[in-house]
Amino acid sequence: MNKKSNSLVQRITLLPYSVWATLFILVPLAFVAYYAFTDSDFNFTMDNVMRFFTATSMVDDGETVREVHTYLLIFGRSLKLAVISTAICLVMGYPLAYIMARSKDRTQKIMVTLIMIPMWMNFLIRTYAWMTILQDTGILNGILGMLGLGKLSIIGTEAAVVIGMVYDYFPYMVVPIYSVMAKMDVRLLEAARDLGCPGISVLRRVVWPLSLPGVISGITMVLIPSVSTFYISQKLGNGKFYLIGDAIEGQYVANNLHFAAAIAFILMVILLVCMALMRKLANRKLIVA
Amino acid sequence: MKKIIELKNIRKSYDDTVVLDNINLDIYDNEFITLLGPSGCGKTTTLRLIGGFETADSGDIIFMGENINDVPPYKRNVNTVFQRYALFPHLNVFENVAFSLREKKRPEAEIQEKVTEMLSMVALSGFEKRSVNSLSGGQQQRVAIARALINQPKVLLLDEPLAALDLKLRKDMQQELKKIQKATGITFVFVTHDQEEALSMSDTVVVMSEGRIQQIGTPVDIYNEPENAFVADFIGESNILDGVMMQDKRVLFSGHVFDCLDSGFGRREQVDVVVRPEDVDIVPVERGMLCGVVTSVTFLGVHYEIIVDINGFKWMIQTTDFCDVDEHIGLYIEPDAIHVMKKSEYSGMYGDYSSFSNELDELSDAEMEPEE
Repeated sequence: MNKKSNSLVQRITLLPYSVWATLFILVPLAFVAYYAFTDSDFNFTMDNVMRFFTATSMVDDGETVREVHTYLLIFGRSLKLAVISTAICLVMGYPLAYIMARSKDRTQKIMVTLIMIPMWMNFLIRTYAWMTILQDTGILNGILGMLGLGKLSIIGTEAAVVIGMVYDYFPYMVVPIYSVMAKMDVRLLEAARDLGCPGISVLRRVVWPLSLPGVISGITMVLIPSVSTFYISQKLGNGKFYLIGDAIEGQYVANNLHFAAAIAFILMVILLVCMALMRKLANRKLIVA
Repeated sequence: MKKIIELKNIRKSYDDTVVLDNINLDIYDNEFITLLGPSGCGKTTTLRLIGGFETADSGDIIFMGENINDVPPYKRNVNTVFQRYALFPHLNVFENVAFSLREKKRPEAEIQEKVTEMLSMVALSGFEKRSVNSLSGGQQQRVAIARALINQPKVLLLDEPLAALDLKLRKDMQQELKKIQKATGITFVFVTHDQEEALSMSDTVVVMSEGRIQQIGTPVDIYNEPENAFVADFIGESNILDGVMMQDKRVLFSGHVFDCLDSGFGRREQVDVVVRPEDVDIVPVERGMLCGVVTSVTFLGVHYEIIVDINGFKWMIQTTDFCDVDEHIGLYIEPDAIHVMKKSEYSGMYGDYSSFSNELDELSDAEMEPEE
């Protein structure tokens, strides 16, 4: 078979994917951008985008009434909760991934399955499950009560929202880190020990830098859905923590498609810039020393 | 000479497989010692025990008079050149070599100086900033050696370091390793399955099989005076025959009584007799001690390798004289060409050259060691 027919075969086999990608990724993205920069008569406008940055509203925090930038405030809150959730996922997921990668083959398979199982359940059901656990009259307080430890009021706090996000997105952190670590050559760790590194040093000087690609994809895969999540905050935050995802949904439900598209578009741009910066930073660290 | 490492009654098994069966070995200061054997013989495990990456089930490892059974690798004054090098892919050449000095938090000026010195020793000056992935196999090898030697360990462990290099480069690196060992005075413990490599580089060769040491000696001793049929077969080519010791310095094999130099065996004791293919002279039939028919001739450049059928036993003979297939020839064997060995568990396991083929030999040589 010559090279030309080879590439033809390649192109043909790629065709279904290209069509799929165009129809369901590129075209919708183009629509989002188009709606974001047009008004209801589909004339070009920057109003939607400007509204995101300028819209204000009054907030009554019980003592004083302040004027705030509505969407910037919501975005800041979303970002804060997402960063906290991502950090918790990383701190819990990294050691777990390391332990998994160093276990026996059988144990590894079992652990991967255990981590994946919650993902087989519907996202809504998982969130409802957390509601019943965290409610003031829920399972957690039931247990605490039986032990005579008093009650916690978690539901409706930022903590509840973070718990929900961590639970939902944890596998997306563990799996990429695990897969990088599982491929790591054991001899590199031995070489580090041979060259005088105690365990902690091996982790810091060899395992961590070599696992950075997994860490980056883990962070990406947790941070992005956490920033734009909307359902968890409504259910576990009792609607008190209106997030950027909720804002998009709200505008969409209110049939305000153009502004919904503008928020989505801005969110996308901000996230892309963040990820690009992070990748650049990690790459530099990976190459120099 | 001063003993630097002593292995005493080392036993090690994985699950139910015995990997090391009562290993006793002394390693002396400033020597180039090679652990030689086929894959699965336990040579790499022995090396890993010294490095601290494995622990023995029983037995002691003594390092300069101290028991180091429970000393972790990072505290041992021993460094390793790993199979396929194990260079850190996230660090450049300089940082790979500087790795252990950085761990010790040496001053920057000292690191600069020592790394520069090590890199010039392995002829890699100017490669400091290169990524290790952009280097050739031979260059990666040199980085691994520089990285392991920068700490000036008492002992350097080398785990099949040349296996991944092509023949020409391997020969060069053999020379170079030997030179580095001489220059630094560091004890080298070298693991290989390549007997030629072992003979050409080592002061001492340790032949291993099935988790046991078969023979320890200088390359010349190992070649000329193999302890048993395994060693005789593994090192070089040999014709191994069943024989009977008639009396001191007289041995019977192939239906002929030969003069030899060996003594100290019992009368009528069953023995294994080794005759190296290059030690057999070809003479006219009437002057031969043994006579046979040539069954195959292979031209190898320096000499011919011919297979001769003598009463059904195929001998290998290396000669510079051409003989044709089907020719009847006589064989003449000098007394000092005959080596008599006690019978061992390996007797009879190595037959004659009836199924011999150069091609097969090379195929099995090229195989990489899978695990171990």
